[in-house]
Amino acid sequence: MTGERPRGLKNHLPIIYPAAMLGIFFIIPFGIMVTISFFKRQSGGFYTSTFDLNNYQNLFTEHFARVLAFSIFISALCAVISVALGFPFTYFITRMRRKTQVVWLVMLVSVLSLSAVIIGFAWSLILSQSAGISNFFVWLGVMKQPTSWSPSFWALLCGLCYVAFPYTVLVLYPPLSRLDPHLPEAAQTLGASPIKTFFTVVVGSSRAAVVSSLVMVFAFTLGTYVLPQILGRPQHWTLSVLITDEAIYHSNLPLSAAMAVFFMLVSLALVGLTMKIGKGRTVESK
Amino acid sequence: MNRALRNLFLTFTLIFLLCPIAVVAGVSLNADKFLVFPPQGLSLAWYAELFTESSWLIPIKNSMIIATLSSLMAISIALPLAYFLWRYQVFYARALFALGISPFLLPPVITALGFLSFWATIGLYGQMIATIVSHAIFFVTLPLVTISLGFESVDREIIEAAETMGADSRVVFRTVVFPLIRSYMVSGYAFCFVLSLNEYIVAYMVSGFTVETLPIKIFNSLRYGYTPVMASVTVVFVLLAALIFGLIGRFGDLPRLLGAMGAENRNL
Repeated sequence: MTGERPRGLKNHLPIIYPAAMLGIFFIIPFGIMVTISFFKRQSGGFYTSTFDLNNYQNLFTEHFARVLAFSIFISALCAVISVALGFPFTYFITRMRRKTQVVWLVMLVSVLSLSAVIIGFAWSLILSQSAGISNFFVWLGVMKQPTSWSPSFWALLCGLCYVAFPYTVLVLYPPLSRLDPHLPEAAQTLGASPIKTFFTVVVGSSRAAVVSSLVMVFAFTLGTYVLPQILGRPQHWTLSVLITDEAIYHSNLPLSAAMAVFFMLVSLALVGLTMKIGKGRTVESK
Repeated sequence: MNRALRNLFLTFTLIFLLCPIAVVAGVSLNADKFLVFPPQGLSLAWYAELFTESSWLIPIKNSMIIATLSSLMAISIALPLAYFLWRYQVFYARALFALGISPFLLPPVITALGFLSFWATIGLYGQMIATIVSHAIFFVTLPLVTISLGFESVDREIIEAAETMGADSRVVFRTVVFPLIRSYMVSGYAFCFVLSLNEYIVAYMVSGFTVETLPIKIFNSLRYGYTPVMASVTVVFVLLAALIFGLIGRFGDLPRLLGAMGAENRNL
């Protein structure tokens, strides 16, 4: 059936509805958003239609730069931690029996599908003074009295890693399950210790997967919106929070649209980077 | 790696993943209305409240309606697109596929703001239909990927055989192709359903002030302080996700589905 070309309206029938839906409800909203980003804001949440670059000029404030820098910083940190932990973990589960693999995967997907609101709530509980894990440490005798660890930078980082970890595993799962199991075996037959084998053979032969997963987890975490508000302090709020605040609480849709367009360009650059790395890898493997 | 080291690492990961959920589960059974440790008495009162108080029942109903209908709509978009792409490998079909994947790659707030501008412009801002359609588009990626995978797994020789025996393309689709891709459709629906149920930012931006979904309700009550009902609703959500994905894991091909999703993400 491949290679066949669709002819006439009849063959194109199945694609008309999806194309219309995606066109109307995805392309047009995007177009409207980009258009609004050039509009001029009026008081009371309205705006006039002009072509005005003011919103983009207003982007480059110190506050915006600080929020952007913080978003990038914490997402990068989270990506490094998640890949550092997720890589060995994924390697281990790809070597397990299929049934055990499925159990782990079900758990990971379940965690990943949980609402950020729920994850934020769970972490704020576990780091709280009244019911948190510090009570457990007090009971063990490690700590003198229970303390509250949330909201704080570390609480936010924990929550972000909790969300990013399952995502990392799912990103690394396909390349690592395709890894030839004979490679590590051969290394060990030749006398390499298991740990040395892991770092030289397994990590070494998946360098491209590591890099592309870093970029993907980074881009994934960059969009976080709920967690900074639950687990962080106002200085830990990310670009997504800023965009939403601008749109909903300050009713400045043009400015928030401009921010979103800028944010999209940053993300697209990242996706492009991932693609490039992906291409580099296929060339490498040939 | 060393076996002992490996097991230690896996145990720590397990604790990390399950600990927050375990604490929430413990708290949800606490008889006391305030957060105390150790728990004071055992009670299912907070679960009862979740399913009897209208302030929780309405968001539950909203979330269920939105998740059910938006997943259905996502399937209705994904199925013909995946079918067309499988039959004809033309560039515009591939471009549409890429378009269907993109809501997943962008930071959600961007797509959410796009939806907000759109619904505000056409005057449906704040209506449930806006949330339903937005979720359908936002999550169309999942059924698109799973159903495409289903089509790929159809052996083309079977179709040729059916055609040789005189079946036209409609009969082939109904009797040969559809039964083979049905389980992929179910998986796509399930992924979509669970994620829609848990989604916050799009629902909030599109009609968060009028159509309260469960995540919005939880976040709102979180702002006003703690109530144990939040713990019980969390447990219900965890169990629901575990049940649905457990079923996919039991009856479907989860490693293959997830393998494909990772590949799809990378190749775009």
